[in-house]
Amino acid sequence: MSLGPEQVQRIADLARIAVSEEELAAVAAQLNRVLALVDRLQAADTRGVEPMAHPLDTEPGVVQRRRADEVTEPDRREEFQALAPQCEAGLYLVPRVLE
Amino acid sequence: MTVLDETVAGLARALAARRVSAVELAGLFLRRIRDLDPRLNAFITVDEERCLAEARASDERRARGEPASVLDGIPLAHKDIFCTRGLRTTCGSRMLADFVSPYDAHVVERLARAGALTLGKTNMDEFAMGSSSESSWFGPVRNPWDTRRVPGGSSGGSAAALAARMAPAATGSDTGGSIRQPAAMCGVCGLKPTYGTVSRYGMVAFASSLDQGGPMARSAEDLGLLLNAMAGHDPRDSTSLERPLGDCTRALDLELSGLRIGLPQEYFGAGLQPEVGARVMEAVRWFERQGARIVELALAHTALAVPAYYVLAPAEASSNLARYDGVRYGHRASDYGDLADMYRRTRAEGFGAEVRRRILVGTYVLSHGYYDAYYLQAQKVRRLIARDFAEAFARCDFVLGPTVPGTAFAIGERTHDPVQLYLGDIFTIPASLAGLPALSIPCGFDAAGLPVGLQIVGPHFSEPRLLGAAHRYQQATDWHRRVPPETPL
Repeated sequence: MSLGPEQVQRIADLARIAVSEEELAAVAAQLNRVLALVDRLQAADTRGVEPMAHPLDTEPGVVQRRRADEVTEPDRREEFQALAPQCEAGLYLVPRVLE
Repeated sequence: MTVLDETVAGLARALAARRVSAVELAGLFLRRIRDLDPRLNAFITVDEERCLAEARASDERRARGEPASVLDGIPLAHKDIFCTRGLRTTCGSRMLADFVSPYDAHVVERLARAGALTLGKTNMDEFAMGSSSESSWFGPVRNPWDTRRVPGGSSGGSAAALAARMAPAATGSDTGGSIRQPAAMCGVCGLKPTYGTVSRYGMVAFASSLDQGGPMARSAEDLGLLLNAMAGHDPRDSTSLERPLGDCTRALDLELSGLRIGLPQEYFGAGLQPEVGARVMEAVRWFERQGARIVELALAHTALAVPAYYVLAPAEASSNLARYDGVRYGHRASDYGDLADMYRRTRAEGFGAEVRRRILVGTYVLSHGYYDAYYLQAQKVRRLIARDFAEAFARCDFVLGPTVPGTAFAIGERTHDPVQLYLGDIFTIPASLAGLPALSIPCGFDAAGLPVGLQIVGPHFSEPRLLGAAHRYQQATDWHRRVPPETPL
């Protein structure tokens, strides 16, 4: 299966990455080469095989832990907000969303 | 032998015997960096003042008779994927070009607590996505063995710094080979530990089911000393294992007689540079002469490892990198319209071509209607690859083979053919998918004088024995002690 410029534009929109008209054909060509590589997976016989999400899921005692829903971190709001491109009165500034 | 050429173990002995001070060591390596790095570009950030202050504190601890650990006073370089409080962390990206983390990564914290000094932050492929260290926003890293060539990647800055004796030890991270592959191409040593051994806290996320930090150095023994300080349970990483590895240097005198060494036929087939195969087989013969037994075996799904990886890693990357939106930290486009436009332009400007490509691939394979065919199928193939190894380890103790099919290639040679670059990771990706510990050590050179890496893969939690096998080999060979002619001592 091969992606055309329109599909690539749609994927780029989903990924929130601007791709210009001029770039579209080249980006599509490269994505198609990667997809041709990964399409080799379709030939594998995986009937009855459990998907593996964690590489140690067959090791006894290995689990993904959950922590208690408790506050453990100190409040460092000002320090964190100092990293923001635009911040005012304790709020992150972005372009207006609601008129 | 000069101090610059010493191993971590040797420097630790010299520090303990007061033959050298931490301040002297820091000064020597910082000067070496000043001399050589303009040519190699292995470092993104070096903070001399900070390093010297750490060194003075180390010397004071030692003068009081209270060294923090065997590593107290040892200078090291951190891959720029590990967050360092007060010292910028770029991950090789324009997106984070000015980012100064408000906290230290777990690995950074642990090594600092052990008394190690931070020389600086090493260059890398952007967001660790690459195998050549060419995709960095800060320019390509050059291989000390031939500065026209790549050092491998993504931890290419750490590998080049070690090879050029700009640092005796470094950290790296490995998602599909990013520690082992540059170690092989630069003639140094690198270990990717069992998944979950080293906390990912503060290590910029790429593909979370694969990402694993690990040590890089110039001897197997040094890898063990570093891993001892890096490994350990961390409640802040939900995948951090509670099972302790114990002292990773405890099996350095491993008995090789009777050891079963697996040679997978798939690792010695077409596409392997003949000289690489020859060097690896010479190492295999050495183990045989020590009494090890060769077990021929098959890892039947090897050819599917790269395709599975290039579904799983981009899929996980596309969701991990969604956080870079120009709102809370990192780059923001200067010119934009509405919010959606701000996101799109910020991400188009902040990410380089390879990162954008992987995010797009990941977004596609996770999108509605394609999830089962790609992501789920890749996870099933991942299981098949893990099973291949489990069956192999029922018949052998370790799997040996080349780390990379070829030696270092020229800068620019593969930038226009990402798929060709991806296929070069065929021998490192399988162990990553299976979460297995694997290391690369030098085992010789090709006719052009470029280093060849030997990969040894073991069962989960076999790090001490892996390091033992590598250490025994290094006691009998000196490939790991060779100095690149372009960066003489």
